[in-house]
Amino acid sequence: MTRKVTVAEKVLSENDRLAADLRERFARLGIFCINLVSSPGSGKTSLLERTISALGEEIKLAMIAGDVQTENDADRLRRAGARMVRPITTGGACHLDARMVAKSVDQLDLEEIELLFIENVGNLVCPSSYDLGEDLKVVLMSTTEGDDKPLKYPGMFRRSSVMVINKIDMLELCDFDLDTAVRNARQINGNLTFLTLSCRSGVGLEDWYGWLRNAVEQKQLQRLGS
Amino acid sequence: MHELAIAQTIMEHVLRQIEEHAYGQVQTVVLRIGELTDVVPEALQFGFEVSARETPLEETTLRIESIPIKCRCDSCAIEFIVSERFLFQCPECNCYSVTLLAGNELEIAYLEIDDDPTRTTTCNPPEQKARAK
Repeated sequence: MTRKVTVAEKVLSENDRLAADLRERFARLGIFCINLVSSPGSGKTSLLERTISALGEEIKLAMIAGDVQTENDADRLRRAGARMVRPITTGGACHLDARMVAKSVDQLDLEEIELLFIENVGNLVCPSSYDLGEDLKVVLMSTTEGDDKPLKYPGMFRRSSVMVINKIDMLELCDFDLDTAVRNARQINGNLTFLTLSCRSGVGLEDWYGWLRNAVEQKQLQRLGS
Repeated sequence: MHELAIAQTIMEHVLRQIEEHAYGQVQTVVLRIGELTDVVPEALQFGFEVSARETPLEETTLRIESIPIKCRCDSCAIEFIVSERFLFQCPECNCYSVTLLAGNELEIAYLEIDDDPTRTTTCNPPEQKARAK
């Protein structure tokens, strides 16, 4: 006799529970947390290096940098002047999960953080399944990639709130059509905020900093209001 | 690649259920997976087969029910299914501001269990567990 037993449980419920704990801790302390995702080589670390140089004195920053192997990214962020950096070497895993992040967060002085970046493993597929307790995901793509990337990885673009297009200074040299990229992304997610910039030339970075300043301020106000 | 991690998580869930409720042989694990999850069914099946070797789930089949992506338009409230072209646009008013209703699922829906005592393998006795490792 075969019988049916209802389970109705999320496969990643344990991850989601840990992520919810993190989110609550961040909210209590007024920490704005960004889960930064992209393909390998889009410029996640470069964007963070720029952000550290520009905002490091003004906003209390911390970074968790995930990679499959090496601590190269974390080293780059430290050289750029970041005071609080925790590397996560996944040793093969193609994404960060909430347990890895929680372990790193425990080693940070949370009272001294206003803005926390989690630099995910370069991958547009797997990281989209794992909530890390962030306020939102920022997805980065660059003009040296295909403008159809949002269509190829709809899950990630649907779950992100901001899309940053990097290497805009190379637009002329690449077969990347900016309008097509934006149209493709909008088709997947009509609520995306778009920013275009170049970490190399610096164009467009002021808009990024402005967006960050505003997000941090709103988070602080939320904390005071609650 | 993350299908292997997901397969292992599914196994942990099911093994815990077997232990808690003293279930017999789990014949089938039925999953509900939304089309927006980027989980590849074939890779998940493979990951499960590999992970289940030498465990009480070795004979268990994984059945995947695929859930289409469903949205509701934020302005005209019409509900629609998003096709494989991933166009998140209201077919009525053409607006892109839509709320996702389904398609993000990644859950264990139910188990099919055979309680025939002659073939019951509730959970690994300790010595068997040690050997499996």
